[in-house]
Amino acid sequence: MLHQVFALVVKELLAILKDVKSRMVLIGPPIIQLVVFGYAATYDLNRVPFAVYNEDLSQPSRDLVARFTEAPAFQEVAVIHSDLEVAPLIDERKALMVLHIDQRFSRDLLRGIPGHVQLIMDGRNSNTALLVLGYANTIVTDFNTWWAANHGGIKPPAILDIRARFNENLESQWFIVPGIVALLTQVVTLLVTALSVAREREAGTFDQLLVTPMRPIDILLGKSIPGLLVGSIEATFIIAAGVLWFRVPLRGGFVPLYLGLFLFLMSLIGIGLMVSSLSVTQQQALLGTFLFMVPSIILSGFATPIANMPPLIQDITYLNPMRYFLVVVRGVFLEGASTRSLTTQYWPMLIIGLATLTAAGWLFRRRLY
Amino acid sequence: MNSEQIMRLRGLIRKEALQILRDPSSIAIAFVMPVILLLIFGYGVSLDAKRVPLALVCENPNRETASFTAAFFQSRYFVPVRFTTVQQAEEAMRARQVDGIVWLRSDFSRQMLSEGNAPIGLLVNGVDANNARIIEGYLQQVWALWLAKFDAEQGLPLRIPVQVDARVWFNPSVTSTYFLVPGLIAVIMTLIGALLTAMVVAREWERGTMEALLVTPASIHEIILSKLIPYFVLGMGGMGLSVAMAVWLFGVPLRGSLLVLLVSSSAFLLCALGMGLLISVISKNQFVAGQIAIIVTFLPAFILSGFVFDIRSMPAVIRLITHIVAARYFVSILQTLFLAGNVWQVVLPNILALVIMAGIFLGLARRASHKSLE
Repeated sequence: MLHQVFALVVKELLAILKDVKSRMVLIGPPIIQLVVFGYAATYDLNRVPFAVYNEDLSQPSRDLVARFTEAPAFQEVAVIHSDLEVAPLIDERKALMVLHIDQRFSRDLLRGIPGHVQLIMDGRNSNTALLVLGYANTIVTDFNTWWAANHGGIKPPAILDIRARFNENLESQWFIVPGIVALLTQVVTLLVTALSVAREREAGTFDQLLVTPMRPIDILLGKSIPGLLVGSIEATFIIAAGVLWFRVPLRGGFVPLYLGLFLFLMSLIGIGLMVSSLSVTQQQALLGTFLFMVPSIILSGFATPIANMPPLIQDITYLNPMRYFLVVVRGVFLEGASTRSLTTQYWPMLIIGLATLTAAGWLFRRRLY
Repeated sequence: MNSEQIMRLRGLIRKEALQILRDPSSIAIAFVMPVILLLIFGYGVSLDAKRVPLALVCENPNRETASFTAAFFQSRYFVPVRFTTVQQAEEAMRARQVDGIVWLRSDFSRQMLSEGNAPIGLLVNGVDANNARIIEGYLQQVWALWLAKFDAEQGLPLRIPVQVDARVWFNPSVTSTYFLVPGLIAVIMTLIGALLTAMVVAREWERGTMEALLVTPASIHEIILSKLIPYFVLGMGGMGLSVAMAVWLFGVPLRGSLLVLLVSSSAFLLCALGMGLLISVISKNQFVAGQIAIIVTFLPAFILSGFVFDIRSMPAVIRLITHIVAARYFVSILQTLFLAGNVWQVVLPNILALVIMAGIFLGLARRASHKSLE
């Protein structure tokens, strides 16, 4: 029995790897994507272009402006002198923010009335706008503390002492690169498995496989193991690159990480094979994979938090294995999470995997055309 | 074009249209997919942190700490939960039950009343760095509001020397849906445009019917046109549906003109179809065509287009690479047309880039198909 399964595995691997083009597709693009996305997918602010519109040419306003121009996240692109110049700068995306200080600024400030600083932002990318606003607020708060200390102001009764855990400098890359492990593993594994049955259905060889003495469970194993192999090699490569190239700390152990990976791959293979046995042609299988994969990436918490989604959509994400694996992979990388603390993430993937694999095995026999 | 060519082209288009009508999968790609995807994404993708679970630890609860913690119970951004020790709160943060901890040490009120500058310990879970920054921003707002209220109660003059008035143009309520939905349309149309042609044409190669077409008197131009025109019509239908949903379902304002939207969508769709055609001509195999279509269309459109991740923040090399992602230009056009209006300085260069890219893709597809005839 075992050597029959082995023979099927070899045959499957050959079907994927013997063609130069499909071999390239499995190796080349993931590497390129890892590098490109690892650097591109960032929420960090760099070189935010801003314009200065300072109507109050006094020392305090210059001090405040200097704090913006010296900040590494900001880059001064223009100095303007009238209201009319604001709109074109923002509309044409030449500046993301205009820092406007009106004529009364220093007069008010020296009299003890709050001076006003107006920030005009481009809201087309609302996330960037929010982050820039947060950053600008920090700069102004620092200015305020400094001003109060030097001009006989009273100290505030309490101040904020903010620290971040697990990702101390809040680097986007530490969040995104572990996410890419899940993302690319999912793409490659699903494609390998989803087309495996459909390809044979289209060629008519699946019927031949069904009349061999192999039991459905053997066929299921033979079709699953190649996906498991390709997926784990792919994931291991990305994990290694994450640690060695992107220098993301791997604080946890390999056991919780690979247990999660195994369960994730199992659920992906189950889904892939289920889609594959439901479809008659490769095109249908690909379409089915797409229809599962695209929402599963968007609704996984890869780029936007699940907590922000409406309750109904949050409930749907419980069916998405990537949701759990993202918690595992980020937990192990950044928090050093243990196997025990990740149990709540493991069992849903196990259930999804068992359910979909059973369904796939059942469908092998039922969908005979 | 003489009458014979027109006749041939009409025949080919008729064949293509019949094929589309008889195989419901193309219609599903063009009309069902955008609806489903836009529904899921439009409701599912949001960067607005709301109801952030927050642990409150007061080691020595009294009037001063109560006045501060009350500010969190009033804030609409946070759902505070009380813990008695910091260890318990950290345990909850590890279990992902809370996203942050506010820690008022036992000597908080003494320090606050005597020296001032009493430290308020704030621990934020930094795993999701973006979310952590947004939460930090909210925490600062709560603190500033509390400070103003505290001063007013004490009869002190306002102690904040400089106040910030922020005006966010185009999206004053900073709703992330308004920014994400136009970008999503670009991502979805990239997917649909490339899938429509890539899969369908690759199937013809696989079945050998493409070669049968190539030996007819129809020229390469006619064959390519006959593939493009029906799928262009289908794709524009999907686009119209997406725009209608964006405006009427998600309430995204459409401030630019429909005509400009139509022109830029056509340019983009030609680009996406051309890319699909090129993929299918090169791969001639559905497995490879499908793989490449996902890898070179969906993922770059998702990550490199400026749809969620701001292109200006990327390193220089990556910014250079984004120029070959057609979705990048379309995302910029859509975000501007929807939220800002007809800003020609943004729209025109981007349309021009799309037209050039469409020309390159179609030209390459044409050359590649010519070779296979030899």
